[in-house]
Amino acid sequence: MSKAKDVFLDPLFNKNPIGLQILGICSALAVTSKLETVVAMCLAVTFVITGSNVSISLIRRQIPSNIRIIVEITIIATLVIIVDQFLQAYAFGISKQLSIFVGLIITNCIVLGRAEGFAMKNPPGLSFLDGVGNGLGYSLVLLLVAFFRELLGAGKLLGITILSTTNEGGWYLPNGLMLLPPSAFFIIGLLIWILRTWKTDQIEEEN
Amino acid sequence: MLEHYLSLLIRSIFIENIALAFFLGMCTFLAVSKKVDTAIGLGIAVIVVQTITVPANNLIYQYLLKEGALSWLGLSDTDLTFIGLICYIGVIAAMVQILEMVLDRYVPALYNALGVFLPLITVNCAILGGSLFMVERDYNFTESIVFGFGSGAGWALALVALAGIREKMKYADVPAGLRGLGITFMIAGLMAMAFMAFSGIQL
Repeated sequence: MSKAKDVFLDPLFNKNPIGLQILGICSALAVTSKLETVVAMCLAVTFVITGSNVSISLIRRQIPSNIRIIVEITIIATLVIIVDQFLQAYAFGISKQLSIFVGLIITNCIVLGRAEGFAMKNPPGLSFLDGVGNGLGYSLVLLLVAFFRELLGAGKLLGITILSTTNEGGWYLPNGLMLLPPSAFFIIGLLIWILRTWKTDQIEEEN
Repeated sequence: MLEHYLSLLIRSIFIENIALAFFLGMCTFLAVSKKVDTAIGLGIAVIVVQTITVPANNLIYQYLLKEGALSWLGLSDTDLTFIGLICYIGVIAAMVQILEMVLDRYVPALYNALGVFLPLITVNCAILGGSLFMVERDYNFTESIVFGFGSGAGWALALVALAGIREKMKYADVPAGLRGLGITFMIAGLMAMAFMAFSGIQL
């Protein structure tokens, strides 16, 4: 039982896919200027990781090891196409805003990394937990980044005004930098700094 | 006409830099930027693969997947764009494999220099992203060659520049928690700001 708990909780802080393993950063930076798109992105990624982990784990004994990457990619691409079609049908606005980043979940290294590193060696039940855990670990960082970017950049959360901006007669002068790409780098950098000050064993040796 | 392509080239290299403005290929960007030499090797590999795969996917999109593209088969209203993703990633994987074999056979020196980076490129989102941008912006064949080369070159430029800065970081006293990954994010953020200075340039 404790193993299952570790598999599920480790990716949140101890082995966060973005904070420690440098995986799946592209989308973490690109879609985070608004909280709404991030929620959609997190659900999509969690679904794809969990789905690919479970299905790869189910057929892990049947996949010949020399063509495993192509099998994994095909499964992942299929799941991503399902997500993409679903978003286009039921949430067209969000699908337009995410533009190519839904498709890029295929090359999101977290998904392939978990398939290759965990699902190929473990039974479906554990792989399911690992998938959900990693999806949540990824979502946690994305939601934090988007929270700060949208709050400080536009004074809003999920489109609802929290800090009334000067343009609308309020008192808050929005920080325009937060809506631009570079701010995502700074926020993730700071998050990693905070995480590593807390969990000191993650500090990298000087090379 | 020439100006149009030149403008597209400059835009894809500097203004809409695929690494610093769209954050594509970040994983490799951060992981392989410790040394300038390896960064140059990977940069060249990305330029080559990008220049081949974007036009190749453009042909597939124009003549097989786009709505009405199959009219030469008598299927004038078939729209296959939904299987696009799986086709593009297949083309990329195949192209990388072919390139690897060709280089191994004819240019062994370059093959040895690129070594482990070639297979890694398959899962580099800059490559798939290039193809997806090409589809989204509806480039024609020539434009896709220019865009493929330009976006590859822009990515390589950003990678080599970051590697250069990181080599100098050895002499800096970085706070313990920021060492390694954290400070690299900060540097990349500052570089992205520097690249933003190109925005607004019109040719």
